[in-house]
Amino acid sequence: MSAQLEIREVSKAFGGVQAVTRVSLDVPRGEMLSVIGPNGAGKTTLLNMVNGFYHPNSGRIVLDGVDITEHHPSAIATLGVARTFQNIALFRGMTVLDNLMLGRHVHMKAGVLSSFVYWGLAQKEEVAHRKRVEDLIDFLKIQDLRRRPTGSLPYGLQKRVELGRALALDPKILLLDEPMGGMNQEEKEDMARFILDVNEEWGTTIALIEHDMGVVMDISDRVAVLDMGQKIAEGKPDEVRSNPAVIRAYLGEKRDGSAR
Amino acid sequence: MIHRECGVLKTTYEADMALYPLPIAKWTVAALAVFFFVVLPLSVHEYYLSVVNLCSIAIIGALGLNILVGYTGQISVGHGAFMSVGAYTAANFAVRLGAPWPVNLLAGGLMAAAVGAVVGMPSLRIKGLYLAIATLAGQLIIEWTINHVTFISGGVQASIEVPRPEIFGYRIASQVQMYFFLLVFVVLALVGTMNLMRSRIGRAFIAIRDHDIAAELIGINIFRYKLLAFAVSSFYAGVAGVLYTYYLGVANYEQFQINVSIDYLAMIIIGGLGSVQGSVFGAIFVTLLPIVIRYAMEAFGGLFFSEASVLNIIPNLRLILFGALIIVFLVVEPEGLNRLWRNIRSYFRVWPFAY
Repeated sequence: MSAQLEIREVSKAFGGVQAVTRVSLDVPRGEMLSVIGPNGAGKTTLLNMVNGFYHPNSGRIVLDGVDITEHHPSAIATLGVARTFQNIALFRGMTVLDNLMLGRHVHMKAGVLSSFVYWGLAQKEEVAHRKRVEDLIDFLKIQDLRRRPTGSLPYGLQKRVELGRALALDPKILLLDEPMGGMNQEEKEDMARFILDVNEEWGTTIALIEHDMGVVMDISDRVAVLDMGQKIAEGKPDEVRSNPAVIRAYLGEKRDGSAR
Repeated sequence: MIHRECGVLKTTYEADMALYPLPIAKWTVAALAVFFFVVLPLSVHEYYLSVVNLCSIAIIGALGLNILVGYTGQISVGHGAFMSVGAYTAANFAVRLGAPWPVNLLAGGLMAAAVGAVVGMPSLRIKGLYLAIATLAGQLIIEWTINHVTFISGGVQASIEVPRPEIFGYRIASQVQMYFFLLVFVVLALVGTMNLMRSRIGRAFIAIRDHDIAAELIGINIFRYKLLAFAVSSFYAGVAGVLYTYYLGVANYEQFQINVSIDYLAMIIIGGLGSVQGSVFGAIFVTLLPIVIRYAMEAFGGLFFSEASVLNIIPNLRLILFGALIIVFLVVEPEGLNRLWRNIRSYFRVWPFAY
């Protein structure tokens, strides 16, 4: 089975800081992959490169056979890569509904003239996409928040709306940067359920960064571990958990060099 | 508009996404239409109607600037220059080719849009104050070019007389006729802007203003949409410039200098950034301010100053009040007149049962 997303030997340096060094990763279609690692390991930089926010110094990134290494973020989004951020990146002044409708942007076609006239083509299109957005609103159980400006929502719900906006893109692959960061146990469980449902019901490929090991081990098909910009382990959650290199990265090592 | 929304149930998305989702709002719009199309033109003196006409032109220009500054978050100090591009394009079309007014209007708007998009190019790299300076440069370059290239400006005075517009052989000469002529474009601009802002393109503009990184992430090509915002905004400016030229009967670069750009910025700041209603309020307010000041000074100025100095004070007082008002609005009510209006509205929304 060929991978949907192939990351080939990518490296990225910021000035003298080597953030990511020759990392390769294959993400098969429909997989739930977790990327873990200590702070500063280069996880977010890796996602930013897949996303097109950074272009790698060397290496290639291929999505469905298309080389997207040098693509712009908006072009990559058009190809079906959606993303959420560690610190929420919603349009705070706009309502939940408008945020989700913006997620449909790449699937809509109305230009300046038909938008200006509105009645006719643009309205038809708005209604069609509104239906899809309403499905998502139902799925995420945020029916009562439609008209609320996102800036006024509590943190956990903002994360949920951001997931909704990413899903509105109908992504082939979903990149989640700490979707459960800063949440309490109950919110984490809700979010984990939504992510699992997306993966299982719609078959969306998911790559997520997460620090909560309990969640990571529970929901992932596979786990990749980064440390100091390098991939030090990759495999099923159980294999990774007992991998000495991983334990060393997280907990350090004893004086005699063996893992703790 | 003041009305109640309880008991209004919607069963289709079309109804939910309507411009005015409440039934009573349709009556309000109808009442406004009767007022502006029948009552006002029949009851008001020519002179006041000419002031209303100035407001109409300002509304179209302010709507355009608000699309760029208020909705897309890109500052521009070149709005006056874009108006002049429209004005001189139309004037040249009218005089050299003898083209009818719809052609001139469209040509003026499109030329302004093209020039606006070029001036907007730096917006990809720079923001805020730096973009303001870049567009200021655009304003000055356009001003200089029109003034010095005789092919465009038609000679030393840099003014071109244009014939009055004709509709089906019917010449628009009086202020009443001009009023109806302009009113059509005001309505078009208002409805069009509201439509634009509630559909795909407008949402993308607002997304760029609110969070440009997130906008790119969901597939909005920022460069293209920023230029589009400049083009659309300048199209409005160009059309306003053409209409102003028809209103005056002459295209003259002095009517489109830097102070005009500042006036338009003041309109949308005082009226309310990112709001169609605010553009209207601001345009009317800023257009009426000097006129009201002149009347007030002529009536009461003699009580405080000598007759001779009153005449000197009037233009200066306008500038003083203008500056003071912008500061007051920025500090006290950054969302402008539109916010004041919304506050009044929401107070009466549940009045008299405030809980």
